[in-house]
Amino acid sequence: MNSKNWILLKELVKTDFKLRYQGSIMGHLWSILKPLMLFSVMYLVFVRFLGLGRDMPHFAVALLLGMVIWNFFAETTSMGLTSIVGRGDLLRKLSFPKEIIVLSVAVSAFINFLINLLVVLFFAVLNQVEISKYAIIAPLYIIPIFAFSLGIAFILATLFVYFRDIAPVWEVVMQAGMYATPIIYSLSMIHNNRIIAVMMLNPLATIIQDLRHILIYPGNQVITEFINNKWIVAIPYVLPFIVLVFGYTIFKKYADKFAEII
Amino acid sequence: MNKKIEEKESVVVVKNVSKSFKLPTESSTSLRTTLVNRMKGIKGFKKQSVLKDISFNVEKGDFFGIVGRNGSGKSTLLKIISQIYVPETGTVSINGRLVSFIELGVGFNPELTGRENVYLNGAMLGFSAKEVDDMYGDIVSFSELHEFMDQKLKNYSSGMQVRLAFAVAIQAKSDILVLDEILAVGDEAFQRKSREFFEEIKRDVNKTVILVTHDMNAVQRYCNKVIYIKDGVLEKSENLQDITNQYSEDNLENYESHVVTGKAPAKDKAKIWIEKKSNSVLSNSDKLFEFEVHYELYDEKLKKETPLYIAYALHDEKRGGIVFDSGSIAVDSSELRASIPLENFHNTDFKIIASLRKDPKIVNEENPNETDMITFTKEGHDARFILRDIEDKEDYGLLREI
Repeated sequence: MNSKNWILLKELVKTDFKLRYQGSIMGHLWSILKPLMLFSVMYLVFVRFLGLGRDMPHFAVALLLGMVIWNFFAETTSMGLTSIVGRGDLLRKLSFPKEIIVLSVAVSAFINFLINLLVVLFFAVLNQVEISKYAIIAPLYIIPIFAFSLGIAFILATLFVYFRDIAPVWEVVMQAGMYATPIIYSLSMIHNNRIIAVMMLNPLATIIQDLRHILIYPGNQVITEFINNKWIVAIPYVLPFIVLVFGYTIFKKYADKFAEII
Repeated sequence: MNKKIEEKESVVVVKNVSKSFKLPTESSTSLRTTLVNRMKGIKGFKKQSVLKDISFNVEKGDFFGIVGRNGSGKSTLLKIISQIYVPETGTVSINGRLVSFIELGVGFNPELTGRENVYLNGAMLGFSAKEVDDMYGDIVSFSELHEFMDQKLKNYSSGMQVRLAFAVAIQAKSDILVLDEILAVGDEAFQRKSREFFEEIKRDVNKTVILVTHDMNAVQRYCNKVIYIKDGVLEKSENLQDITNQYSEDNLENYESHVVTGKAPAKDKAKIWIEKKSNSVLSNSDKLFEFEVHYELYDEKLKKETPLYIAYALHDEKRGGIVFDSGSIAVDSSELRASIPLENFHNTDFKIIASLRKDPKIVNEENPNETDMITFTKEGHDARFILRDIEDKEDYGLLREI
């Protein structure tokens, strides 16, 4: 990526943040306050009232971590979906690398994600979670999450230019995906290992479990406990990068035509 | 002295560019109709050829005009040059930094301040913060918005917004500037300033401008080269005067044929029309615009009245106002030959309206204020002509210094 694109990316992300809490009294404090309040609600509903994950220590923190990762994925993909069409006015009148638009959406969401992680850390400390020494490799897991989200965002952004039907379809997929991923429930609640094995092929499920395992409590089960074949185990880790390369390729292939079609 | 003619460097080379769009023929927004049409073998779109095999060169330092009617394909061409659209066949090569303004203020955000918008707009045009820093002072002083730069754009008047956008457009440090029909913005003083600025750019041998416009006066004033796109084809590109004249003539013809054919025969008492005896587009060297006023009477009572009178008036369509009024002239035959000397005037668009009148000295006792006019030239029967002298650059006023 050359410096020109970098500047544009920076400007777009900066603008997005400037405008995000535009006109509110508390301004950027909302970036912290909003997740804090949302997490409190979730904690009350899922852990206190519904009593999910009673058998799992620090389940509340695990739930928040899963939620934060999922939210990043959801924000990147759903904002990415409309990003190109939404900036149609710009595309029709200016010539610039279009991938920057999708990338800026992902970067904005990512910054949000980091802020949310801080809030999760706060809850973790509050819950007296013992963070293991492996926590140091946790940032590595963020790379495939980012790649996966961005790759899907590229694919959706391209599809949405041609088929507006994608928007409601994706909304449903996201809803289903959320329930198919161990976020609000713990894997220990499912007793059929074959189902879990299939679920764990989803990169988000595997990575969420890995992070819970190393950051929160080792009792959180990881993929290797359900799948023995190391090639199959590799799928959720490699898939994000394949998706990114594939998504970027098709995006680039059609990007020149966007201005005419939108 | 080195007598060798300096080869000018081509900065934009357009070679055999063609472009067509697929236009949907049937509204197939639903999946069902799309499938049904597909099965019937209906393609659902027709190919509209917008540009056909266009080739031209723009050299360094040119002020290059592209003219053409609405829908002729000139904006598509401009978008291809700006690399917003990709040509279907052919190539466009650009040598230097090209900044294009298809529209003013693209990407301006009302919630950001003037300053932030300048930086954002700069980034979108491919300038770094450092480069925008360098041109920021010029932009602000050109737009005359010093004290408003830290205000949000939504608090600007629309005139202020457009001034800021225009200032960004012309102060952007580019080698090649592409502008689509954005010359006349702001109030009179601002327009004058813009004109002066363009005059300056015109003299700058390092700055190239490509301008799409309908304004033939602007073309005359600034451009040293011009091409005329007609229905997607490059009409010709040799002589500035020829092209602007042809463009104007085509426009007049179109206007006249449209109006004349588009009307049902009226049941008027009389009809009056003007026939041009000179070209529609003239320069001062033509000296005279000659024309004939004809009339025909349908009303039996009128036919007995003699003499009848014709009056004609010359209107300045550009600046407004009546330049000359002939007063009533008695006529006995059904035509009047007249001419208008041109050497006193700067470039403009003229219109002659004629009216057929009764004897002005006869006053109707019952209604003394009643008009003595029988009829006047209806739209399309009046005469429009354009005075355009390529040498003439000063045209704030109509009258020329002689």
